Amino acid sequence: MPEQEQQRKNAATSREDFEQEDPTPGASGEQGAQLKAELDDLLDEIDEVLESNAEEFVKSYVQKGGE
Amino acid sequence: MSVDKILGIETEYGIVHRGVPDPDPISASALLINAYLDRVSAASRGPNAPRPGWDFIDESPDHDARGFVAVDGRSPAIEMHMVNAVLTNGARYYVDHAHPEMSSPECADPLSAVLYDQASDHIMVASMEAAKEILPEGQELVVYKNNSDGKGNSYGCHENYLVDRAVPFEQIVSHATAHFVSRQIFTGAGKVGCEIPGSSRHQVPFQITQRADFFEEPVGLETTLKRPIINTRDEPHADPLRYRRLHVIVGDANLCQVATFLKIGTTALLLAMVEEGMLDQGVRFADPVRALQQVSFDLTLRQPLLLEDGTSVTALSLQWSYYEKAAKYLERFGNKKVGGATAELVMERWHEVLTALEQSDRSSLIGVVDWVTKQHLLTAYQERQGLAAGDIRLAAVDLQYHDLRPARSLFARLGAETLVDQRQVATAMLHPPKETRAYFRGRCLEKWPDQVVAANWDSLVFETAQTNLQRIPMMEPTRGTEKHVGSLLDQCATVIELLDHLKAGDPV
Repeated sequence: MPEQEQQRKNAATSREDFEQEDPTPGASGEQGAQLKAELDDLLDEIDEVLESNAEEFVKSYVQKGGE
Repeated sequence: MSVDKILGIETEYGIVHRGVPDPDPISASALLINAYLDRVSAASRGPNAPRPGWDFIDESPDHDARGFVAVDGRSPAIEMHMVNAVLTNGARYYVDHAHPEMSSPECADPLSAVLYDQASDHIMVASMEAAKEILPEGQELVVYKNNSDGKGNSYGCHENYLVDRAVPFEQIVSHATAHFVSRQIFTGAGKVGCEIPGSSRHQVPFQITQRADFFEEPVGLETTLKRPIINTRDEPHADPLRYRRLHVIVGDANLCQVATFLKIGTTALLLAMVEEGMLDQGVRFADPVRALQQVSFDLTLRQPLLLEDGTSVTALSLQWSYYEKAAKYLERFGNKKVGGATAELVMERWHEVLTALEQSDRSSLIGVVDWVTKQHLLTAYQERQGLAAGDIRLAAVDLQYHDLRPARSLFARLGAETLVDQRQVATAMLHPPKETRAYFRGRCLEKWPDQVVAANWDSLVFETAQTNLQRIPMMEPTRGTEKHVGSLLDQCATVIELLDHLKAGDPV
């Protein structure tokens, strides 16, 4: 993709450049929109999935340190 | 010179025993694993079949890559492992401390590492189901793929890479540190709050990684106290004159397959570049631990990280510079040592992800990078429910993102991008990779489960009625492959035949 290629070159040739650049809008708007829609679907049903007592759930989630 | 980047992932999972007043995570982990082993063994060989155990004879976790052996009593001791099994896919499944842990088989490329990481997660799902059948009504074991309980306790997701012994360890340290600090922008699994003592949720409501809070030293041997960014454990599980194994403890466990793929793929490329001497100018942070935490706290990805020479870089600029150098590496040396054609896919996805991270709208990374996915989920949930910052329900969403029960996992319900399909994962749960010595280990276990009495990374021990215990060393991780021993294993009907062939000079 030439447009992406150009962005990459801008970013790579001078990091100061891209730090000052205004961020351009999402490169793949369509894909982003679809994923956002999936996120919305999840939120519609999240109460059925989430632990019913959030406070109790978070408090009781205690692990021993590992490794 | 770079050596084949044989690699693997070890994951310690969080575990909760629901429905009991005083749960014990060690026995819960043992129950989880035994339930799975009994189910698999009963399915393939009938009930009560013996199970091969893990063999500790060659383990030396207190050897330090800087050239000494720890003797001060703070060295990591080998634990008494209650349950310790080796699976027919070449993995090791065991209780470590108070967690179920899976060490993947040795893989020859990052896509294979993703496949076996997925297989590990699916074995956890199958283990939970098997445990549920045994447990009394109302009880359940739940496994979480995260690295923190939000209360200051952490457990790891470690990576292992085969590295040329001839490369001085100091050369690895500088560039690996810079990579581990900066790669967090795509390897982070995201976390609500901060667990550095004295910090508050108001100061850091959300950060990029699960793990950055727990690191205190730039370099060291520890894994549980004063964790170092570079772990110096020198235990190659291979010919120590030819190889090191770089043991990486600083990463997060990823749910997004692309994130796992890039975590492993970019690190393999970086190490190959170090081996070829392509990265002579080291990047030295003024304070590496502070830089690690700065990157984790900075959701803008724009904060400068101070270097020892007084200049500064950003995590993004460092990653772009490694990306550029990796492209040069591939032009010059080809992809043979870094996973073949999958290296080109690593470059493609690395480029795409860094480009997307530069945007103000990062929604194209939902299902690709965990922290971005979790951040979008939390923001949308908070807006929809009108929650104040710091509401406990946000911490609950964070935890439940990592729940591995398919019906309960917020991540699984998002429908994230996959790099491997379900059929491949089902195969990888039972069968080893074909391109490493894991093939020999897995096939022998599959074919002669009663005669493999012990196994570890670099040997197998056989017992037959006719012979004493026979240890077969497997010191070369790139041998014992399907190409190398596939037809031999097909030909041999018995262990005796196999041992005779091996004695006659067909080395593994």
